Amino acid sequence: MMTPLPITQFTATSCIGRGLAATLQALEQSYSGLKPCDFETVTLATRIGAVAEVDSVQLPAALRAFDCRNNRLAQLGLEQDGFADAARASAQRWGSERVGVFIGTSTSGILETEIAFRQRDPVSGALPADFDYQHRQNSFSVSDYVRRTLGLRGPAVSLCTACSSSAKAFAAAQRMICAGLIDAAVVGGVDSLCLTTLYGFHSLQLTAPGACRPFDRRRDGLSIGEAAAFALLERSATGEAVWLLGCGESSDAHHMSSPHPQGAGARMAMQRALAAAAVSPSEVGYVNLHGTGTPGNDSAESLAVSAVFGSDTPCSSTKAATGHTLGAAGALEATICALALRHGLLPAGLNCSDPDPQLHVNYLTQCRRAPLDRVLSNSFGFGGVNCALLLGRAA
Amino acid sequence: MAELAASIEGIGVVGPGLCNWPATAAVLTGAAPYQPARTVLPAPEVLPPAERRRAGRTIRLALAVGAEAVAQARRDPRALASVFSSSGGDGDNCHEICLALADQQRLISPTRFHNSVHNAAAGYWSIAHDCTEASVTLCAYDGSFSAALLEAMTQIAQQSSPVLLIAYDTDYPAPIQAHRRIVDAFGVALVLAPVDGRAALATLRVALSPQAPTALTRPELEALRLSSPAARGLPLLEQLAQARTGTVTLDYLEELRLAVEILA
Repeated sequence: MMTPLPITQFTATSCIGRGLAATLQALEQSYSGLKPCDFETVTLATRIGAVAEVDSVQLPAALRAFDCRNNRLAQLGLEQDGFADAARASAQRWGSERVGVFIGTSTSGILETEIAFRQRDPVSGALPADFDYQHRQNSFSVSDYVRRTLGLRGPAVSLCTACSSSAKAFAAAQRMICAGLIDAAVVGGVDSLCLTTLYGFHSLQLTAPGACRPFDRRRDGLSIGEAAAFALLERSATGEAVWLLGCGESSDAHHMSSPHPQGAGARMAMQRALAAAAVSPSEVGYVNLHGTGTPGNDSAESLAVSAVFGSDTPCSSTKAATGHTLGAAGALEATICALALRHGLLPAGLNCSDPDPQLHVNYLTQCRRAPLDRVLSNSFGFGGVNCALLLGRAA
Repeated sequence: MAELAASIEGIGVVGPGLCNWPATAAVLTGAAPYQPARTVLPAPEVLPPAERRRAGRTIRLALAVGAEAVAQARRDPRALASVFSSSGGDGDNCHEICLALADQQRLISPTRFHNSVHNAAAGYWSIAHDCTEASVTLCAYDGSFSAALLEAMTQIAQQSSPVLLIAYDTDYPAPIQAHRRIVDAFGVALVLAPVDGRAALATLRVALSPQAPTALTRPELEALRLSSPAARGLPLLEQLAQARTGTVTLDYLEELRLAVEILA
């Protein structure tokens, strides 16, 4: 059994709002932040969940080398809900070398490389002189940035398992705390809009032309979003906390970009999260689905969820509100689950006016109020890499 | 400081002038001279034909070292959780996508896109070996090998089951090459397991350390250590090849390193 750990502080920034208050209000009001795509020079008929304020964020002068959309989004996220202050206080409490950083990202600062490729020297093919691979493009950039800006000196790593990246970050941080190497961890996910994912998902015919419609009969793909979400995981708590009770991980071993059709890997991940926490399926009051809105994901996931929970457990995907924030989705949806626990709110799955009768789960199309003790969040990524997180109100 | 222990049951290596672990060990003991040559990557016969066609250098590298380590450990690959670690993922693929996106048409092939995920090699490994166990893929820039070793050790501490570590990196083509110096393909794999009396090559203990990383004495091998993030694990491999006990320090973060003690 896994040792439960308290999440003593958390925050989320996505297209539905900066910080927890705005995020909670958007969820309560069934607000979606998806808008027609006007990102950069992209000319695709799709909707995106962009965080408008990212462009105006300024990084601290000493960390200007890290300036890229992804790290600006990280900085914006850290500034919300007093998260950066809480992380620094944690470093005071435990010692800065005893606080680790575990950030999930799928594309890091690739946007700046994409733009730099347009500016190659016409003769030599060289990139512009100010191109900085290490501090922008490399996947470690965001973890390095978060570690430096918070003044932490413990272990740091980026988790890069596509759309389960930042769910995996919780599992890795939990292990390192329990192994005694650190006492606290800044865990999170930061992924920002870029051309690779917009054109890439389009090439796979996985982007919806309109807003995504998870679990609807007419669902026709996903909508890409961006987010920064963080949680402070500590060895013990002094005040109120939400608890990380269990992490479950598995691989599909099936296909690089399609889930196992029966959801075998997803089912194993959920079962392992429950087993790690010694929690029975009937104790779980809400499941935040991966729910991308692609025909394949939602059908495989519904089979997996009904195999584990039956067809009564309330569940929804919040991706029709936030978009699919890819490497940040695990952390964003873990914070949504933490809000659900704290406020007894089961958020509605939006854009599902005609729930698919083939999907035998209790999919919420309206918000519901109910006290919650245990909730589960699903994240699945390309390469068939799955992670389920079980959170609770008490250990 | 907490200490983490594990047995090493299998080793795989492929790098410039190094075709496998026995050849690498011979170089590291001094029994054979180091003769640098462009890394030769075996075809990934283990993959189904469709995936084999789609597998670039990075995937071939990771699959080759992983297979060597697992064979030496005599473990069933289906039963091994895995920790993959790479600083850059598939640089050739990244280059092709950036070229395509700089073009008016912006046409990316679906295969290029799904191979662009950092965990592509791990995905191909799981398909090749029908492995449904947990798999994570990490990046810590030049510290990616140590990050993987730390992660593998904490998994063993928690789950008491063996873990396959695969650290690998390939060089970027120009123009990114000028901004990220990785000389050639280098990969290393270790099968690590709980210390439980099963036959093993060695037992190791790992702890965080402020010490400077151990350099290799021979300049050509020290140059190799610095030529790729995955090669930052070479001081450990040298110790294992020479069957020496004692502690080496591996590169990790700017002021934080990994002390690895070989016990026997």
